[in-house]
Amino acid sequence: MRYLPHSAADRREMLAAIGLSSVDELFADIPRAVSEAFRLLGLSPRSEQEVVAELTGLAARNRAPEKICFAGGGIYDHYVPSLVGHVLSRSEFYTAYTPYQPEVSQGTLTAMFEFQTLVCELTGMDAANASLYDGATALAEAVLMAERVRSRGRVAVARSLFANVRRVLDTYCWASGIEVVEVPHLPSGRCDLSDVPEDVSAVVLQSPNAFGVIESLEGVKDRIGDALLVVSVHPISLGVLAPPGEFGTDAVVGEGQPLGLPMSFGGPLLGLFATRKEHLRQMPGRVSGRTVDAEGKTGYTMAAQTREQHIRRERATSNICTNSALCALAATAYVASVGADGLRRVAELNVEKAHYLADRIAGIDGFDFPFSGPFFNEFVVRVPGDANDLHRELLEAGYLVESPDSLRVYGVENGLRVAVTERRTRKELDRLVEALGGSR
Amino acid sequence: MKTIFDRPPREGVGGLFPEPDVPTRDLEDLIDRTLLRVDSPRIPNLSEPTVARHYTALSKLNYGVDDGLYPLGSCTMKHNPKVNEDLSRLPGLTGVHPHADAGLAQGTLALLYELSELLGGIAGLPGVSLQPVAGAHGELTGMFLFKRYFEGRAEPARRRILLPDSAHGTNPASAAVAGFSVTEIPSNDAGMVDLAALDAALDETVAGIMLTVPNTLGIFEEGILEVTGKVHAAGGLCYFDGANLNAFLGRARPGDMGADVFHFNLHKTLSTPHGGGGPGSGPIAVSDALVDFLPVPSIERDDGRYVLGWDRPRSIGSVHSFYGNVLVAVKAYAYLLQLGDEGLRAVSEDAVLNANYLQERLKRTYVLPYDRLCKHEFVLSGKGLAEGISTLDVAKRLIDYGLHPPTIYFPLIVREALMIEPTETEGKEDLDRFVDAMERIAAEARERPELLREAPHRAPVRRLDQTRAARDPVLTYPFDERAEG
Repeated sequence: MRYLPHSAADRREMLAAIGLSSVDELFADIPRAVSEAFRLLGLSPRSEQEVVAELTGLAARNRAPEKICFAGGGIYDHYVPSLVGHVLSRSEFYTAYTPYQPEVSQGTLTAMFEFQTLVCELTGMDAANASLYDGATALAEAVLMAERVRSRGRVAVARSLFANVRRVLDTYCWASGIEVVEVPHLPSGRCDLSDVPEDVSAVVLQSPNAFGVIESLEGVKDRIGDALLVVSVHPISLGVLAPPGEFGTDAVVGEGQPLGLPMSFGGPLLGLFATRKEHLRQMPGRVSGRTVDAEGKTGYTMAAQTREQHIRRERATSNICTNSALCALAATAYVASVGADGLRRVAELNVEKAHYLADRIAGIDGFDFPFSGPFFNEFVVRVPGDANDLHRELLEAGYLVESPDSLRVYGVENGLRVAVTERRTRKELDRLVEALGGSR
Repeated sequence: MKTIFDRPPREGVGGLFPEPDVPTRDLEDLIDRTLLRVDSPRIPNLSEPTVARHYTALSKLNYGVDDGLYPLGSCTMKHNPKVNEDLSRLPGLTGVHPHADAGLAQGTLALLYELSELLGGIAGLPGVSLQPVAGAHGELTGMFLFKRYFEGRAEPARRRILLPDSAHGTNPASAAVAGFSVTEIPSNDAGMVDLAALDAALDETVAGIMLTVPNTLGIFEEGILEVTGKVHAAGGLCYFDGANLNAFLGRARPGDMGADVFHFNLHKTLSTPHGGGGPGSGPIAVSDALVDFLPVPSIERDDGRYVLGWDRPRSIGSVHSFYGNVLVAVKAYAYLLQLGDEGLRAVSEDAVLNANYLQERLKRTYVLPYDRLCKHEFVLSGKGLAEGISTLDVAKRLIDYGLHPPTIYFPLIVREALMIEPTETEGKEDLDRFVDAMERIAAEARERPELLREAPHRAPVRRLDQTRAARDPVLTYPFDERAEG
């Protein structure tokens, strides 16, 4: 096996050095009943060449990549600059462990520090961690943090969260004994904050929300008492939208996939988490901090570790250990590549193309828009006739749109959620309009 | 270390994104002005050569498995096969939107299904979920399953989790996040679970135990069947932390040891890279008692087609946005196909051989608190090397020899611990070089202790002030400082 460097002579020599005569003696401590119960997988070893053929074949069975992607719902078909993949291919980055030994991990730690800074710049917050698993667990962690801070045993959650994110939040809240109170939405698609209970640890919003509608955060903080305001964002939207930090938000979370990660059937992803200084000691996850070495030279190391499980064990702020470091590096390289100007550019392209498509669909007979609120790159359209049939027809015509089922949980019947990124060309948008029954 | 924020803020940029091909309008006509950003984020606009050089320079400050021996105990820093990286970048795999209908993702679903089958076989357990994306996430999911199980049995009093004092720090943290309290079980003189202490702790308030096999001392729990038998007899469940699976791959199965939940670390045992701290993958395999509670959706085969299964009314719900870290699963699957049964067995043989070889050679120079056959790792103590010399000094001095230090100060039950896991992908020459360096460092500790105390001397930075980073955290780039400076 070519991943094993020893020769037979090496193994003999090493066994002799230990004072054993066979490899089996190394395993003499495994109880006999356990050894006897062992069963093989029935798996014959295969060559690299055969495995490449096998997996290439499997990849070819996926038909989704051939479709023109209008699916969104938290994961988007954004363009990834070539540079990102090249940075990630550096094995000094990807074959390293969590930076427990900072003196030989300055590459990872510096990039983590840059990542934290970029997340704060985008969100308008004071501090960010070095990533969590995904947007859903990041939101759950924010709610757990709010509960540590306020301990009310109840959180108010906008109904307009992505359903898969809500499902994860519900699981975490159930386990922690936190009651979830749902906040309904207005006809505009924005959440209705007129009746939020006072005794909650947090109020949780998503913007743009599951209908694509951008929430207005102005004045929200004043209306929710001392509950923590938690907002989940699409990071690229912050190229043009006001950062939630400007409105007193206590925690900003989000799915970082749009920042340089492929869609990959939903993993690996990147959980973004940023908060205000006052909650720093309650923040979950790893952070890189700036310090100096013995000669006074600037360097980076993992900071605020007294919050973490290897020191605090059951009193840690979270159990998270391994996170999404390489995905955070991808996001850092992405943002460094596009710069502030590029982020604005790509966000504008999303807005312009999504609005162009929405305008054209508005011109087709029978199509209308159930929500009137402003949107970024995603919107809900109500279709004439059976949305399931239309969805199927679109697929056959080569367009990937989320199933109408994704909206039924919100009580939206015959709706389709359509996402448009900078990758979609006018020609593709016009053809989709045509497939929907409009003129080209 | 320069960051991108230290670079000149404006260089030759643009050209990444096309000019708009749709009619453009003022942004304020499309989105209300009050919702729009006023100030630009302080992110520099850099040319590609600047960015490429910056991250290449940063990468050179790192030490990875491709640079040499990386004997971090409990981390299984084995070689990451190159072909797996290539396969995980196949556009047919990366280009699949997770909301695509299952029918459009049959290749990926087939792969995930087959991987689940193999993992179930390795664990000797009937149910698998690939949703957890890290070891600690697998632990948490396992604790959620425990909770649901006792809810179903109307045994709400079972709120205690037993943990050996040698457990990974994530174990108690995961139990706590799931709402359990933790009772520590001491180890006996042989480094194993003290059965008398276990007996004393077991009652009808115990939900279960979290075990690591072999334990974090690298010792196989010889009484494992007694331990799990006692917990089961008391009505509890057994969680197995799979961080140390490399020790018995191809030879034994946790299911046969009494595990109800076993988590894999694909980024340890199954060769997928750590990425500097993720993305990992922490699938769980579970016993019959817990299958019904596994996360939704499950991945199932139905008449030759692969489908997502949502019909699990007793499920704990979901623990991830989608189906777990798919691209990590791709790498693990490719690895398993290459190894086959004989490869799996060969892995644990060499992993254990390497650890015992190092242990035998190093115990002549360093204190070995538990002197017995080890599995894939062992723990030395840096105590008593020389007056005023700590394990931290030894670790930092190893860096000067071009080697990555072992895990230090863990497990907590060994003072000045050095936890060493060579893995099977290190050859004898590399192991001998490590022994040589460790022996020289022991000599230096007596003869020239300042060499250790001031180490590292040959790293990109000298020893870093961790206390300062903890006391006065600077977690983002200090833009104000730059303005002043």
